[in-house]
Amino acid sequence: MNKFLKIITKESAIVPFIAIVLGLIVGAIIMLIGGYDPILAYRSLLNKVFGNPYDFGETLTAITPLVFTGLSVAFAFRTGLFNIGAEGQYIMGMTGATFVGVNLHMPWYLHAPFAIIVGTLIGGIWGMIAGYLKAARGVNEVITTIMLNWIALHLANYTVNHFLLEPGKGRSYMIDPSAQVTIGWLSRLLDDARVHWGMFFALLCVVFFYVYLFRTKQGYELRVVGSNSDAAQYAGINVNKSIVKAMFISGAFAGMAGVFQVLGVFMNQAIAASPTGHGFDGIAVALLGGNNPVGVLFGAVLFGTLSYGAAGMSFGADVPPEIIRIVIGSVIFFVAAPGIIRWLMKRLSAKKRKGEVV
Amino acid sequence: MDIATLGHMLNTAFVFSTALILAALGGIISERSGVVNIGLEGLMTAGAFAAAVSAYRAQEAGYGSASPWIGLLAGALFGVLFALIHAVATITFRADQVVSGIVINFIAGGTTLYLVKLLFDGAGETPLVDQTFHKWKIPGLSDIPIIGDGIFNSYPTTYLALILVGVIFYMLYKTSFGLRLRAVGEHPSAADTVGIKVLRMRYTAVLMSGVLAGIGGATIALTTTGTFSHNTISGQGFIALAAVIFGKWNPLGALGAAVFFGFAQSINNVLQLFDFSSHIPAEFIYMLPYVLTILVLVGAVGRSKAPGALGEPYFPGKR
Repeated sequence: MNKFLKIITKESAIVPFIAIVLGLIVGAIIMLIGGYDPILAYRSLLNKVFGNPYDFGETLTAITPLVFTGLSVAFAFRTGLFNIGAEGQYIMGMTGATFVGVNLHMPWYLHAPFAIIVGTLIGGIWGMIAGYLKAARGVNEVITTIMLNWIALHLANYTVNHFLLEPGKGRSYMIDPSAQVTIGWLSRLLDDARVHWGMFFALLCVVFFYVYLFRTKQGYELRVVGSNSDAAQYAGINVNKSIVKAMFISGAFAGMAGVFQVLGVFMNQAIAASPTGHGFDGIAVALLGGNNPVGVLFGAVLFGTLSYGAAGMSFGADVPPEIIRIVIGSVIFFVAAPGIIRWLMKRLSAKKRKGEVV
Repeated sequence: MDIATLGHMLNTAFVFSTALILAALGGIISERSGVVNIGLEGLMTAGAFAAAVSAYRAQEAGYGSASPWIGLLAGALFGVLFALIHAVATITFRADQVVSGIVINFIAGGTTLYLVKLLFDGAGETPLVDQTFHKWKIPGLSDIPIIGDGIFNSYPTTYLALILVGVIFYMLYKTSFGLRLRAVGEHPSAADTVGIKVLRMRYTAVLMSGVLAGIGGATIALTTTGTFSHNTISGQGFIALAAVIFGKWNPLGALGAAVFFGFAQSINNVLQLFDFSSHIPAEFIYMLPYVLTILVLVGAVGRSKAPGALGEPYFPGKR
């Protein structure tokens, strides 16, 4: 807990805050140049998210997969691996869950847990392939994860097309109600927003990430491999095993994102022509959160809120919603380059001092 | 498979490869100077956008067949613009290079679609350009069997890409500029000691990568699609990045990798013409290039060695 407080009260906690403000200012400037009203736009954004219970619930639903994919990318980063493949692991997790949800029939207390486990494992295995290829053959994980994303996309489409397709719909059959993980009472409370147990799993994963990586021997080993794999080797840590393990856990996180999108939100799987972008959003969230589990949670909240609210912006102020990607990009930029903020602050305070002298 | 089909396949392969070759060349120059460029995707997006818009405007203004060339130039300019952000962030402010690259992808995607909606009354796509590039048949050479059809009857942008591979190979390995560029990427402090301006070299390299990736993106808009929308560039930048690593940071290697990707892609198109393909699900044919890439990497290439100082910001005066 002390460590948690330290994270929050550190001076570096001010930097993300300033970064968010600066990001919003960049967005505002671009809106002004385009002839839009930024105040109205940001107000519509907040209105969209907090204006009514339904949209608030849907915002929570939008945040959930981002927590998972953000954790996925951050976990790999901590072990010195760049997982561009959260996208593919997400798709594979989704496919596993859909397959179990549609083709198997069980009582609810078995069905949903089984679907979750299968999807998560498949996501993990998909990540592990890249980890294994890196460990055993030295193949750069950046390339393999990019390739595995595309393979996953087509493999998922194949599975849906041949084993799950509801004729004439371009998507799978709906999953059995016994596999669904919606929260009925909360959903009714929030005007039928699609809220589900995934968000609590996401919080559990945040805790797991922290405990495993910072409080266990295995986690320590992974971090040593991440900061200096040569040193880890000399210290007798099995580097190759660590890489495979880290990619499995990373993939499992991303797989879970897909699992809960199916079991909690869509209830089916559509045939996808191109990648969904969830994996890349995960990279953004991990960066927003500084690869720290609590940071990832906050990053996902910020990312999800802004993205979901962007629809309100275009409705209320006629601003193209893409502006929000510029805002998020700028925030990441300022978070990742605190040098810019320090430089700006120095400039500002220097100017102030000059002004006082005059 | 007869000769005509083979030539046709090669031709399609080069159409697919052109953008990848150009972007990968950009990636190589940047990374050889020690700056990681995950932002290739974003730079290509910027280039494709600028090319589609400028070529359309030029065509409206009556520039006729010069329009795609104007588009290509605009693509290069826009690529440089976004590369400049990357350069300032990573070289001057020493931001994490991977992060900055991801941000470039984000901002380029957002900005271009924002501008499309702004310029074309909320449309999600630029208007179709009629004046795109046409294939040039090189007299004499195009009569050679297979290669003639395959290579010497291509878009001018393909020739440009192939010529640039040679130019950049020569530049990197046969000129003092190239030697300096590589020195900066391998051991910046040693380079500094002998009087090479490390930061200036890196700026030059990153901006050059903007030009090349921008042109790369532009070629897609100006030959294949004719417009720009949210999925004009969807993953090509990352494939180009893979080609950089696959090709071991060498222009000829990247050329090989890019053509390989293009060829695997064109196998898709051609295989579907054959009877036996009806027994193979289409999805598996789509997967082929990516599976092949992994297999080739596992079997042949093994550990690839990145430039020594890749990813490390340089503090002038650091020892």
